[in-house]
This record gives sequence, structure tokens and C-alpha cells, in this order.
Amino acid sequence: MTAPLIEGRDLVLSFGNERVLDQVSLAIHPGEIITLIGPNGAGKSTLVKTLLGLQKPDSGEVVRKQGLTIGYVPQKLAIDQVLPMTVKRFLTLTRSVSRAECEGVLAQVGAGHVIDAQMSQLSGGETQRVMLARTLLLRPHLLVLDEPTQGVDVSGQAELYRLIDEIRHELDCAVLMISHDLHLVMAKTNQVVCFNRHVCCHGQPETVRQHPEYRSLFGVREADAIGIYTHEHDHEHDLSRHVVAGCGHDHSHDHHHHAHDHVTTVKEGAETNQ
Amino acid sequence: MMDDFLFRAILGGVLLAVVCGPFGAFIVWRRMAFFGDMLAHTALLGVALGLLIGVDIRIGMIATCLVAALLLSYGQRQARIGSDTVLGMLAHSTLALGMVALAFVQGVAVDLMAYLFGDILAINTGDILLLAVGGAFAFCVLAWMWRPLLALTVSPEIAAAEGIPVERLRLVFMLLMALVIGMAIKIVGVLLITALLIVPAASARFFARTPEQMAIGAGLFGAASVLAGIALSWHVDTPAGPSIVISAAAIFILSAGFAPVMRKLTSGA
Repeated sequence: MTAPLIEGRDLVLSFGNERVLDQVSLAIHPGEIITLIGPNGAGKSTLVKTLLGLQKPDSGEVVRKQGLTIGYVPQKLAIDQVLPMTVKRFLTLTRSVSRAECEGVLAQVGAGHVIDAQMSQLSGGETQRVMLARTLLLRPHLLVLDEPTQGVDVSGQAELYRLIDEIRHELDCAVLMISHDLHLVMAKTNQVVCFNRHVCCHGQPETVRQHPEYRSLFGVREADAIGIYTHEHDHEHDLSRHVVAGCGHDHSHDHHHHAHDHVTTVKEGAETNQ
Repeated sequence: MMDDFLFRAILGGVLLAVVCGPFGAFIVWRRMAFFGDMLAHTALLGVALGLLIGVDIRIGMIATCLVAALLLSYGQRQARIGSDTVLGMLAHSTLALGMVALAFVQGVAVDLMAYLFGDILAINTGDILLLAVGGAFAFCVLAWMWRPLLALTVSPEIAAAEGIPVERLRLVFMLLMALVIGMAIKIVGVLLITALLIVPAASARFFARTPEQMAIGAGLFGAASVLAGIALSWHVDTPAGPSIVISAAAIFILSAGFAPVMRKLTSGA
């Protein structure tokens, strides 16, 4: 396999007494689409921030490929009203770009009309489109999306995912996405990483999709049935999200590379998504 | 013919206001007004230390502001004490320490009012030189790091993802701010310096559509406040520092009143 674009090795991070990242190893290779799922408070955003270098781990290391360009789309970007910022100016935030180029990428994401609007006046969906337009200008090797559809209404979400997929093909980049909306991302993703302070397991969505329990859960109850996706682990997570029972398998090894030959089941976890 | 001291006051004041413009804008955007206040408070300790050790008090003020900025950037990483608490503790302990230290200064009658509210009419050629050199330095460094610092202000995550050295930029900005505040105290004083930074920037917000417009507007409004304040002081014999701040506040109120009218006019056109 080619060298990873970015790789976190044995990342450990605690906030006070609470361990948020517990020996996390994750590598993203060129062309991969990895979706990170897990309950609220599982530390998904913290993991991403650590990979981006914004949060220093207590131990472990993040190795970035030389010359790697990362495009980052946050959950929602709240540009404060105290900061005047047109969409055009925002697109040129880290590099100069001509107005024509800005118009081009905005049109591509279906937001051509907002070029002179203030960022703080945009709706959630418009903001995310502008963020995606920015990544088109950046042409990153890796696109990192942190719950990119959170501030967007349901009808806009599918459209936004379609757009992300389109952009990914155009840029031919790797994608790391955090998402709750398992049913929407499953079709596009090639690796699902189930994460709750440590990498619980990871595998291809096909394995997951073909499983009868998955079908019963996501097939019947569809959109609302976005329960927490847990494989048949030998440990459970209690309501406060701590790992309760001791894990049968060795968590110190690199999950990323071990074969997932254990039975993969999807079920609604003890905690549900309210 | 214009008196020499008046000319120096106008030159020094306008120089400072122009430098304060873009810094003030960043202070408003990054919500660091209290941080500026705290830095100014520590400057009084610098005055005392300067007198005690026998160093130029301008150097004393700038040096203590720089040290305070470093202490603070360290203190803010301590999660167990909120950063506002760290700020408050540092601001008031250093102010108290400065007052106590001033009591030890013998033989010199310290004009406390001049440090608290500034004494722009007393600035000398050395002050102007310091403002010109230090101001130009701070201005150039800020201009050089403008784009990444703005990206960091919009979103630290985006900035970090795109390879901007977030922590280093934050520190450099804090140190530059300390330098500007250290230089500014002679003109508007410990208690009023934050006003000269944030009020013109707040006024400029009403008319700006981009960050750059706001920064330039802040410089212009700041310069206008200095001129109006000195004129007021000259004609009505009011203290100059407070007059400058009052002018800045008046410009803010006028801007707030004028902005909706202007918006109506431009949208109607």
C-alpha cells in the first residue's frame, strides 16, 4: 500500500481525568473515503483536531505526508457579525483568487448568487456550500469534513452529500468524514471507523450492510433509525460513554490493519440518539 | 504659527491612531479588549520598575507589557483557571504591585495622573521617534501576517488544517499588541488606551464590508478622534487624553446613528 497521507499513531489525550483519545491509530491513504461514526461525545471532533495539529496529544504522534494540503469543512462556521466578511473575501482567505474563479466555484456548488453577501447573513446550507467552494479552490489532497450537514435541513442534506461526492471525484482526493447520518454516507464510503474514544473496529460498509441486523435496523426504520452503530464487541459502553467491560481483544495493537474476521453486527446501542 | 508641542502632540497622536487602527480591529474581532486592558495595567509596574532600576520608563513599560503577554499566553493554557480569571488576576496584581513599587521610588514626585490618563501635550521628540520606529515595526509585522492571522480569527481549525502555525501567530500577535500598548500609554494613559484601540474599530464596523475596510476605517476614525480631542483640549482647556476618548465615543455614536440612514440610501439606489 502507498504511504498514508496522514497517520495518527497511538494517540492518547486526556482532558483532566477523562481520557478522550485512548491509543488511537488511524491512517488515511490516497483515494480512501473514511467515515468516522460514534456517539455524541465520543471524541470524534477531538480526534480530527488532533490529526489537523490543532490539539496536541499527550502521547503518540501525527505524521503528515510532506507537502500535504488539507481542506477542512467544519460542522458549522459561525462568522461573528463583528467581523465584516463577504463571501468573495472569505474565498480568498488564505490565498488570492480572482473574482472570476470565485464565481466559477460558487456556481459549481449552486451558490453563485451569494458572492457579495456577508458571511454572517448566510443560511446553514449556503455556508456549507461556500465552504465546499473554498475547498474547490484549495484543491486539497485530503478533504476533512466534520458533520458537514449538521446545520442543514433534511432535504438539503442529501443534496449536500451529492455535492461532496461530486467534489471528491473532481478533486480526486481522500476524504475523512465525521457523520451521524450513516444511511446517507454508507453508499459513498469505503471504510467505516466506529469510534468511541478508541477505534472500536473498522471495516467496509458492505460487510455492515449485508448483515441481517443492519437490514432490520436501517431497512425498516430508515431515516430515523440512525442508532449508534456498534459492532458485536465484547465490551459495552454505558450511558456516560465509558467502556464498561474489559475488552477481549487487545486494544493496544493497531486496529487499522487487523483483519476484521469477527462477526460484524449493527445494533442500536445502549445509548440512543435523541 | 503652530506651537512645537502642539505639532508634536498631533504628529504623535495621529501616528499612534493609525497603528492602533488595524490592531484595534483584530482586538474587536478576537474579543481581546480585556486583554488589552490588562496589558495596560501592567505598564504601571513598568513605570515603577523603570524608576527604581534607573531605566528609561518607556523601555520599562514596553518590557513589562511583553513579559505580561508571555505570562498570559502561558496562563491561558491552564485549563483549571478560566482565561478571564487569569487576566483579571494578572491585571490587578500587577497594578497593585506597580502602586506599591512606586511608593518605594524616592526623591521623584511621580505624576500618577499622567500615566493613568496620558499626557499627549508633553510628548517629546524621543517619544515621537519611538512611536515612529516601533509603530512602523508593529505595522509591518502585522501587515506581513495579516492573511494567516485573519484566517486564524475566522476559524483556528481551517487555519491549522491549511498549515498555518496557529500557536506561533497567536503569540506574535500578543507581543505586538504589548508593544503597541506600551508605546501608547504616554499618549492616552493606562486607563484609556483600550478605548483608543476598540472604539474607532467599533465605529468603522458600521461602514465596512470587508476586514480591510474596517481596519483602514479604524485608523481614520482614530486619527480623527485624536485631532478632535486635541482641538477640544486646546480650545476648552480639557485634559487631552480623556478628550480624545470622548471624541472617539462621539464618532461612534454618530456612526451608529448614521449607518442605518446610509444603508437605506444605498439599498434604495
